Amino acid sequence: MDRVRDLASKRAAVIFTKSSCCMCHSIKALFYELGASPAVHELDQDAKGREMECALRALGCNPTVPAVFIGGRYVGSAKDVISLHVDGSLKQKLIDAKAIWF
Amino acid sequence: MADVSPRTDTSTDADTEDKNLRNALSHGTIASDGSDKSRDQKTLRRLAQNREAARKSRLRKKVYVQQLESSRMKLTQLEQELQRARQQGIFISSSGEQAQSMGGNGALAFDVEYARWLEEHNRRVNELRGAVNSHAGDGELRIIVDGILAHYDDIFRIKGDAAKADVFHILSGMWKTPAERCFLWLGGFRSSELLKLLINQLEPLTEQQLMSINNLQQSSQQAEDALSQGMEALQQSLAETLAASLGPSTSTANVGNYMGQMAMAMGKLGTLEGFIRQADNLRQQTLQRMHSILTTRQSARALLAINDYFSRLRALSSLWLARPRE
Repeated sequence: MDRVRDLASKRAAVIFTKSSCCMCHSIKALFYELGASPAVHELDQDAKGREMECALRALGCNPTVPAVFIGGRYVGSAKDVISLHVDGSLKQKLIDAKAIWF
Repeated sequence: MADVSPRTDTSTDADTEDKNLRNALSHGTIASDGSDKSRDQKTLRRLAQNREAARKSRLRKKVYVQQLESSRMKLTQLEQELQRARQQGIFISSSGEQAQSMGGNGALAFDVEYARWLEEHNRRVNELRGAVNSHAGDGELRIIVDGILAHYDDIFRIKGDAAKADVFHILSGMWKTPAERCFLWLGGFRSSELLKLLINQLEPLTEQQLMSINNLQQSSQQAEDALSQGMEALQQSLAETLAASLGPSTSTANVGNYMGQMAMAMGKLGTLEGFIRQADNLRQQTLQRMHSILTTRQSARALLAINDYFSRLRALSSLWLARPRE
């Protein structure tokens, strides 16, 4: 959990993924489209990947990837991100965290 | 204090009580001077509200009975179809099991459920059309509109279960008519396209509404593109996995490799259901958001316009299927 929180706080937008996960690819594409440059951490390429995955599961992220953090705060999985984007709050969160400017 | 008969049931005695009050006022048994006037007005208002509540209750009851009757007809129809299908030797699991596990007949079971849902949907939309054409009040419209939106939730839930059982059937769109399949995207319609055709139908919109609807259209399009990109990545990954198991020799190493690659490919196919789920989630969220931006009357017009559009697509499909061929 510490490593998750630590990495999540280092950039305005942070996404935890797995290299084989195609839904992660979708969420990354969405962030790039919005002009955000998220930090991407692939759990299967990280030595502490297993522990981090447990930590994400404990946060309620199901499936565990993609797991999105904005401004250091846990936002949710793919479903949450899409829902927030539809009602306009995703963009606002990114602006508030200074991940994007407009 | 006004002398009115005791009430036992609001919905039936509201009119009687109202008549009594009016009689009492005209016969002078109630003083109609200043001090009682506000009390009488309050009573009249309360009676009016009771009448309205009674009317709404009668309307809801009418709708409920209509739904029951159409369900009964549909049930008889389905039982007959089932009987016919059984006679033709098609295996259909007993009704008790069907709710739990669709097994090999997931596709057929879903098609039946979808047809049932569509019929109910059309019935509700016709009710809405009737209400709009007869200049019904906002309250009545809201009940019908909310009902239609809640009913949309039903089909998304049913699709979710069906995708778990047979994702390729949902993706194929074979449960939709041919012309609808033209526009198929991840097992359903594109919300962004729907919004595009609605924008013209919904005028007059306030500036705020216009901006919100445009933003919604853009957001749903961005989400659709993102999901499409994920699907392309999935296809590419699947292709690479299968190509990796191709090889000239038939050594034991290659066979082991083959099994490994197949296992990986199986894993990738498993993620398809997730994409359908997110696509449906997007459709659901977009409908809800659209409804929250619009007034009740505008939502009603939107739902009617959407239904008109899809009805035309379905009619086109029928024409196409019946076209004369050499």
